[in-house]
Amino acid sequence: MKPDATARIPISTLPRADRDHLQGPIDAPIRLVEYGDYECPYCGEAYPVVKAIQERLGNRLCFAFRNFPLVNSHPHAQHAAEAAEAAGAQGRFWEMHDLLYENQDALEDDDLTEYALKLGLDSDRLISQVLAGAHAARILEDFRSGARLDVNGTPSFFINGRRYDGSPEFEDLLAALTADRD
Amino acid sequence: MNATTRGASSRSPSNGSTALPAGTPAPDFALKSTPDQTVRLSEFRGRPVVLAFYPADWSPVCGDQMALYNEMLSEFQEFGAEILGISVDGAWCHAAFCRDRKLHFPLLADFEPKGEVARLYGVYRSDDGTSERALFVINAQGVVHWSYVSPVGVNPGAAGILSALEELQTQEEGT
Repeated sequence: MKPDATARIPISTLPRADRDHLQGPIDAPIRLVEYGDYECPYCGEAYPVVKAIQERLGNRLCFAFRNFPLVNSHPHAQHAAEAAEAAGAQGRFWEMHDLLYENQDALEDDDLTEYALKLGLDSDRLISQVLAGAHAARILEDFRSGARLDVNGTPSFFINGRRYDGSPEFEDLLAALTADRD
Repeated sequence: MNATTRGASSRSPSNGSTALPAGTPAPDFALKSTPDQTVRLSEFRGRPVVLAFYPADWSPVCGDQMALYNEMLSEFQEFGAEILGISVDGAWCHAAFCRDRKLHFPLLADFEPKGEVARLYGVYRSDDGTSERALFVINAQGVVHWSYVSPVGVNPGAAGILSALEELQTQEEGT
C-alpha cells in the first residue's frame, strides 16, 4: 500500500512533458530542473539568474519548475504555490511564478488575488482554489519527488539529470549548464 | 563545477567511518529532549526510529537539515517511524532552537557526559567536540538497518532515510 503510494510519484531529475511546467522545448540539449519555494530568499536570488540564463541560452534550454515549499519556515509558501498552480489551471503558470518571485515580501492571500487580477485571471476562482488547496496533491507530489531525489533545501537544481551543487551565480550556473553535455 | 549524482539509489555505506554498520544492535540510551523530559531509545521498540546526529544547533547547514526533516515528518510517519535529532547541545539550547525553527520532533541533548551517545554509535568528532552528520535507521527490533555519514558540511537530505524505511516496510510485509 504505502510503497505503491510512493512508487506512483514520478521521480525524475529531467523535465517531464507530461506533468512539469516547462519553458523551452522538451527536447532541448540542455535541461534544467529547479525545486523551489516562492518565499525562500535564496530562490528569490536565483530567480533573476535563471531568467538571465534562459535569455542567454534561448531554445537550447528546457527549464522545469517543481514545488518544494518549506511550510514551517515559510508560512506563505504553500498558498503561493497553490496560486501559481491555480494560475496554471487558467493557462498562466509562468506569469504568476514570475510575479510571486518579484514580490516575495507580499504573499498574503490579498496579494495573490491582486496578482490574479493583474494577470487578467478569474481571481475569485483562483483564490477559492488557493483556500481550498485545490492543487495540494500536485504540490505534495512535487515535494515528495524532491525528497526522493535528495533535494536538501531550496533552490535545488538538476542539470541534465544531475544535481548541481555549485553556486547559483550566473557565471557558475551557465558554465555548468554549457559544460555538462552528456 | 561541482555536480554530483545523488539519486534515490545513492545509498553509500558508512564510507569507511567508524559508524555502527547495518546489522548491529542499536545501543540503548536515555537523553533529555527538554529540560524536564527524557527520551529512551527502547521506548520506540516495535517501530522504526531515525537517529539524525548533527554537529550543532544554529549553524546554517544544520538548520537546513533539521528544517528539511521537519517538513518530512508526515513522510516518516507514513512508515510509522519516529525521528530523533541528536547533538551535543544542551536541552535549553535545543528548546530555543526548536522554538525558533518551529521544529515538531524531539532534539536530544547528548550533553552530559558530552557526546557519550555519539561515541556509542561511532560518530563523535573529538577534534571538534561535536558529532558527525550521521544518519541511522533502526528497525522495529532495535537493530541498525542502515547508517550513513555525510561530509560534515553537506546536508545529507532524506532520500537515503526514505529508501531504508521503505525496505523495512517491504521486509515487514514479507514476513
